[in-house]
Amino acid sequence: MSSGKKFWGYRRPNGQVGVRNHVLILPTITCATQAAKQITELVQGTVSFIHQHGCAQVGVDYDQTFRTYVGMGANPNVYGVVVLGLGCETHQARSVAGEIAKTGKPVEVVSIQDHNGTLGAIAEGSRIAVKMVQDASAQMKELCDLRELIIGTECGGSDACSGLSANPAVGVVSDMLVNHGGTAILAETTELIGAEHLLAQRAVDDRTAKRVYEVIGAMENRAIMMGVDIRTGNPSPGNIKGGLSSLEEKSLGASNKSGSSPLQEVIDYAQVPSKKGLVWMDTPGHDIEQLTGMVAGGAQIVLFTTGRGTPTGSPIAPVIKIATNTGIFERMGDNIDLNAGTIIEGIESIESVGQHIFDEIELVASGKLTKAEILKQYDFGIWRIGPTF
Amino acid sequence: MSTAFKTVMMKPNDKVAVALEGIPAGSHVKVTCQGHSFDVELKEKIEFGHKFAVKSISKGEDILKYGEVIGSATTKIDIGEHVHIHNLEGKRGRGDKVE
Repeated sequence: MSSGKKFWGYRRPNGQVGVRNHVLILPTITCATQAAKQITELVQGTVSFIHQHGCAQVGVDYDQTFRTYVGMGANPNVYGVVVLGLGCETHQARSVAGEIAKTGKPVEVVSIQDHNGTLGAIAEGSRIAVKMVQDASAQMKELCDLRELIIGTECGGSDACSGLSANPAVGVVSDMLVNHGGTAILAETTELIGAEHLLAQRAVDDRTAKRVYEVIGAMENRAIMMGVDIRTGNPSPGNIKGGLSSLEEKSLGASNKSGSSPLQEVIDYAQVPSKKGLVWMDTPGHDIEQLTGMVAGGAQIVLFTTGRGTPTGSPIAPVIKIATNTGIFERMGDNIDLNAGTIIEGIESIESVGQHIFDEIELVASGKLTKAEILKQYDFGIWRIGPTF
Repeated sequence: MSTAFKTVMMKPNDKVAVALEGIPAGSHVKVTCQGHSFDVELKEKIEFGHKFAVKSISKGEDILKYGEVIGSATTKIDIGEHVHIHNLEGKRGRGDKVE
């Protein structure tokens, strides 16, 4: 442990490493979310999440939701999965389970209609979960290298300090992780509108640079097709109160989270990176949808900077919250783990705060709980890209 | 009045600086950036995290911060004025401007 570059993690059958050992009760349809929640109340060591999706979806929208479910189950922080369906939905539990099973981890399917209703499904799901939790608890941790980490980066509830303190500090961490051979995800395409030229310049090849402009263009066109000023939704009223005047200004601050490493690839929402280093995931700026996309893409830990203060967390990945200013750190210390406001006050350098965050990653990867985990902040939201039918 | 108020200006070609504490109207502020220095008399109170002009900006002119365009001026902005959504508009994602 003295090298400073290792952590204690859980090795999965496919070789990936988790920083947690959750048993996930994964409802593939909104109709099964309440039963899933009941199982988590009965069985210690299980987690789940509430959502509104999984039926009457088609085409690319169906695919994206499907990929998100599979990604949540496949994330290496998950030891095993009970996939809970209703039975008649478009997103069939059996299909989702089949994809997750390719990781080699334990996966079982329970359907409410096949088990004579909610109570039967809860009983069956709980029985399976009890065994999985006990098996999970018997798994020994092993010493793992930081290059096995995928770290998601995110800013939410931004203020004018975000681009001056916490985001540049996360940029330092992103570079440090990349230098250690790990993977850092930059996301929230909306909040890179106006800064895309800076990222495109760092792309490793023309194809990646072209993809940068494609995903930015597609996101911007969604606002244009709606006939609205994107500023009516982003920056948000809180961002504006904090001093941010335009989406471009917010974006130029947000892009600092990417540090200075070359951009290796641009990937789809909830897609697992195919390369190490800095990657860009195409997600909206919506905090929870972005977080879910990155975690479904395999991020074991997320760094989340906030100026206005947010409670955001994931059911399966620790989210390390970093305040952009000392005032919000003091007011919302129950939710926020670290303070980068010392940069604004001239007490600490950006590099020094970056080192603190990097140290915290090592601790959290080895088991230290984040505030969002302690408060059971199990957020989940899928970026829907088509209508429900 | 004091010139010790904390501010930050990111790049020398920026037209705005950010107040790192609330600064009262009428304050004289010395803004420095990479060897450049600007003496600014604030025309109005600037809240923590908000921007003020360090150079005069014409109507329609691009406004720079981080050395990059963050929008354009909807009116003439004098040195020391608050720069925010009342006089700066974004140029991107403007579906409302499509004919």
